[in-house]
Amino acid sequence: MNSHDPFTLALSLILSGDPGLFGIIQLSLQVSLSAVLVASLIGLPLGAAIALFRFPGRGLVITLLNALMGLPPVVAGLLVYLSLSRAGPLGQFGLLFTPTAMVIAQTLLVLPIIAALTRQAIEDLWEEYREQLQSMGSGRVRAIPTLLWDARITLTTAVLAGFGRASAEVGAVLIVGGNIEGVTRVMTTAIALETSKGDLPLALALGLVLLALVAAVNAVAYLLGQASRRHMQ
Amino acid sequence: MSGLPLASVPDPVLELRNVSFMRSGKVLLDHGNLMLTQQGRTIIIGPNGAGKSLLMRLAHGLLEPSSGTIVCRHNGSGTPRQAMVFQRPVLLRRSSLANVTHALALRGVPRRIRRNQAEQALARFGLTHLAQRPARILSGGEQQRLALARAWALEPDILFLDEPSSALDPAATKAVEDAVNVFFRKGTKIVMTTHDLGQARRLADEVVFMCCGRILERTPAATFFDTPTTVAAAAFLRGELVLAPWESPTPLTTNG
Repeated sequence: MNSHDPFTLALSLILSGDPGLFGIIQLSLQVSLSAVLVASLIGLPLGAAIALFRFPGRGLVITLLNALMGLPPVVAGLLVYLSLSRAGPLGQFGLLFTPTAMVIAQTLLVLPIIAALTRQAIEDLWEEYREQLQSMGSGRVRAIPTLLWDARITLTTAVLAGFGRASAEVGAVLIVGGNIEGVTRVMTTAIALETSKGDLPLALALGLVLLALVAAVNAVAYLLGQASRRHMQ
Repeated sequence: MSGLPLASVPDPVLELRNVSFMRSGKVLLDHGNLMLTQQGRTIIIGPNGAGKSLLMRLAHGLLEPSSGTIVCRHNGSGTPRQAMVFQRPVLLRRSSLANVTHALALRGVPRRIRRNQAEQALARFGLTHLAQRPARILSGGEQQRLALARAWALEPDILFLDEPSSALDPAATKAVEDAVNVFFRKGTKIVMTTHDLGQARRLADEVVFMCCGRILERTPAATFFDTPTTVAAAAFLRGELVLAPWESPTPLTTNG
């Protein structure tokens, strides 16, 4: 293999710890993990509450949540862009083209996934536990922590699915972040740009890291599924 | 048939007055009247669909009656503590020990003494060696024993059991029956359904016979198995299929 081969160059970029490359990786992880954290803090209790309580319009909320799981990232990006742009309702905060804007956009993408999957998991579990928990004197509100803990494996998988979506999407972060070098450039936007510029080694190096990341997330999800089959049927 | 004599002075722990339960236009329990005293093991029997499980769920408070009242009393005034063991044990996806401590937490037992109490309950039913095992991988018999240990930790005054051994083999069934008697000897009121007549004969101090959504009789066990009061109970004991009055001309009760 000759040393100008893009694949070899990509590997040497990764192995040499290239600061530009690792800066991009670090920002990507920061943005996506923050988005997943915020989406989990809102989505887990929200999903559980929708599962346990009956209220007018519940069916509509569930349908909407399920539909939003497939929200196209560019549309999410566009919505956040419109809200954060100078003329938008949140324009005065000057958040457009900052990492915060990217976190907001990705939270919007991840929240429906976590909330909808939580709702489904908790509803199934409540169906199974309801009589027993009621018999032991647990009301619906008290049941929420019990159910969230007992659904922990499924919910971890849901959070990982959210992280997979956040770290792999390009449309939303590109629109609201702007792909500014050193400020808002993340792995996916960098890959898109470097490929079009012809800098294949950097694009390929980022691609390999992203691939490894997604593979690792899926491996963890798989192992958790195995563990749950062994321990809790 | 050994057992405590039924109290001559009624000391009702649980009373149903004209309790009916309807679902989508169908009457599933029709003006049920029942008075249970603290003493003895009450076994509810009757054909499938008689309303046995429904009666227990109403008495335990899992369902609200459509009409009528249910009164629970303990020592004349206080509310009795209740627990229920279901046909299929519902265990949390945690260790056996954590299943019991969670129940104690729901009952408001302080954290520092939960573990100790839970361990005692497990030991009482021979489950100490399984304390750290995930509850859901235990065998069916072990799971039901754990459900009984969890109920034991709650120190109920009344224990409801809904066909607790119907899915179990004879050895596990014996363990469940022994456990029921452990509660009984401690003074816990036992209210249990079964479709196993042999089990009813082994355990019952009194029998409540239900058919077609009606409570037909409540009779001391010694009398019931030889001379039941109602025609339907006699037919049931002979092993006949007992049909609802609108399905058969046979009356459920004796005519006068």
